[in-house]
Amino acid sequence: MSIPGLSLDPTLLALLIPVAVIQLGLMLLAAFDLLREERRVRGGSKAMWVVIIVFVNLLGPILYFLVGREEGPVDAAPGPGAMPGWGSPHDPPIVAPPPSETPPEEVRTALAGPRAVPLPDAPPAIVVERLVRRYPGGVLALDGLDLSVPAGSVFGLLGPNGAGKTTCLRLLAGLTRPTSGRATVAGLDPAIDPIGVRSRLGYLEQDPRAYGWMTGREQLRMVGQLHGLEGQQLEAAIDDALGRVALRSAADRRAGGYSGGMRQRLGIAGALVHRPPVMILDEPVSALDPEGRRDVLGLIASLRGETTVLFSSHVLGDVERICDRVAILDHGRLVVEGGIDELLDRYAQPVWRIEAEPGEDAALARLGERLRALPWVTAASAEHGLLTVAVSDPALASHELLRAVAASGVAVVSVARARPTLEDVFLRLTGETEAAA
Amino acid sequence: MKGFAVLLRKELTEAWRTRRLPLIAIMFVLVGLISPLTAKYLPDILKAALGDQATGIPIPPPDATQAVGQLLKNLGQLGALAAIALAMGAVSGELDKGTAALVLAQPVGRVAFLGAKLVAIGIVLAIATGLAAAVAWVYTVVLFEALPISGWLALFALTWLALFVWASLTLWASAATGSTTAAAGLGFVAMIVFSLAAAIPTLERLLPAGLTGPASALATGATADLDPAKLDTAVAGSAIVVAVAAVGAVAAFRRREL
Repeated sequence: MSIPGLSLDPTLLALLIPVAVIQLGLMLLAAFDLLREERRVRGGSKAMWVVIIVFVNLLGPILYFLVGREEGPVDAAPGPGAMPGWGSPHDPPIVAPPPSETPPEEVRTALAGPRAVPLPDAPPAIVVERLVRRYPGGVLALDGLDLSVPAGSVFGLLGPNGAGKTTCLRLLAGLTRPTSGRATVAGLDPAIDPIGVRSRLGYLEQDPRAYGWMTGREQLRMVGQLHGLEGQQLEAAIDDALGRVALRSAADRRAGGYSGGMRQRLGIAGALVHRPPVMILDEPVSALDPEGRRDVLGLIASLRGETTVLFSSHVLGDVERICDRVAILDHGRLVVEGGIDELLDRYAQPVWRIEAEPGEDAALARLGERLRALPWVTAASAEHGLLTVAVSDPALASHELLRAVAASGVAVVSVARARPTLEDVFLRLTGETEAAA
Repeated sequence: MKGFAVLLRKELTEAWRTRRLPLIAIMFVLVGLISPLTAKYLPDILKAALGDQATGIPIPPPDATQAVGQLLKNLGQLGALAAIALAMGAVSGELDKGTAALVLAQPVGRVAFLGAKLVAIGIVLAIATGLAAAVAWVYTVVLFEALPISGWLALFALTWLALFVWASLTLWASAATGSTTAAAGLGFVAMIVFSLAAAIPTLERLLPAGLTGPASALATGATADLDPAKLDTAVAGSAIVVAVAAVGAVAAFRRREL
């Protein structure tokens, strides 16, 4: 312990022990923490460690001169624990969750059940009038958009990438401001009263994020509290929301360890925990597996009549399954808006699909070219051994198409009339606007 | 400010869970421990390090004033870096991670969002500075002499205010640039510019640097050396810088797309 020229009395030694303990504790903690993968998701600051390590190393020479190389006992600094208020991750919930992870029956049956008619006499829940949004740099994301979403309906917003869907939804949530035009959500203008709008709104971002250091339940608790819920009412609402998105079993794990699909479920739970009259969901099923997609679509469908749901999606089949009405956007403008059946009747042309034997692709392409020249054929496209033919006169096509196929000599597996889908409408309408642009 | 209390609790919980609060507190405690020790044993350290060469260096005998001076110097430098580190990612980190949009999609305003962050940083700095001052007082009493507790409370408050200035300016930079690195750089530049400006005596009276002298005088009980007018202007000047930084942060953040 003794160093030439330096005498060390017991008081000094007693005063130095805490210094050495803290110094070594910090260095050990830093070394362990930086090595742990968990740190990445806990969101700690690396820069903070750099400052601390630099600081500790500045103190090193002083300690060296005072106590030589015989450093004090090593003791790890206290680890993180739970603070009161949010509750520990391991605290039992006030309302114990049921053991099952299966979504409620109403959710599972909503997809199969009939579509309820939206409230006919209620004013529209969302109204968009000549909404324009030009981003810095001149990009025109919305170009005079008009839209009306009936109260209580499930409304799908469709459009190719860059059509302006996300911009529209963010404007409605008051997260960004319009260049011109106006909108109302539940009777309030998000540009004038964004907090009022958001108090009546459940919003899910595309690629929703979560605080990695919070558990899922804690995050829902924070969202609920921001909406004014508290006590038993809050805990019951959290439990209900977790059950609806089948996330109860993971609710007390840190969200930093959640998969993309779990984050999406948590985001949806956050959007509905306060049971808002309007929900805006941006691509709510994009990160989910097929089972999860079915469950969440069932959940959205089950909200019909009690909540107005506006959601965007690239998966046209999903939209067709659960939506009362859809709007198709392209280049920031409304291309068409209407009920699913109405759009199919108005825009979907009868379609035949001709499946060829393997190796017949070239012959199939030649057949497509010949068919396109016929006056009753509006479109024909061959891809991967399948020729899709849209016709203007189904009765004539029933006779003439088979004759043309037989004359072509293409070896076919099947020729069948297909039910037009929303995808046919979407491709036709967005294709037309693309051509017009 | 709707949602402020909820967000403040979230910020403090986050500071605890992500270890910012315990680490800053431990670091400041270390400063509080080591400063009086350094003051007491600096002559011995130099003697041990330099041997006979040290005999030519005039070193004043150690006293409590030097312990307070060491504490203020260490907190002024390392504490300032810690304050900048606390604030640099406060807004930009949330923008990067997308969690700002998660919170601001709820019925809460941007003023509450920023206000909760600023107040939470202030609380973390207050806890850490308070601990540093407390342990430094104990060590100073053991190693030197008893000093007035009221003076050390004043030292704590004035040191906290000086550190809060750097944190506020860095938070402004974080909200304005949306970049943690840029915020850290701007916070550091602001600290250097303010320190250089304090070399001019008339400006020192208005800046955080002007808090150090009164803090030392109050902590050591040397109230005869205290210039109350200088103390008043330095406190007012620092408070104005904090207020300007807070208003600037709100103005910049309001314009920011999420």
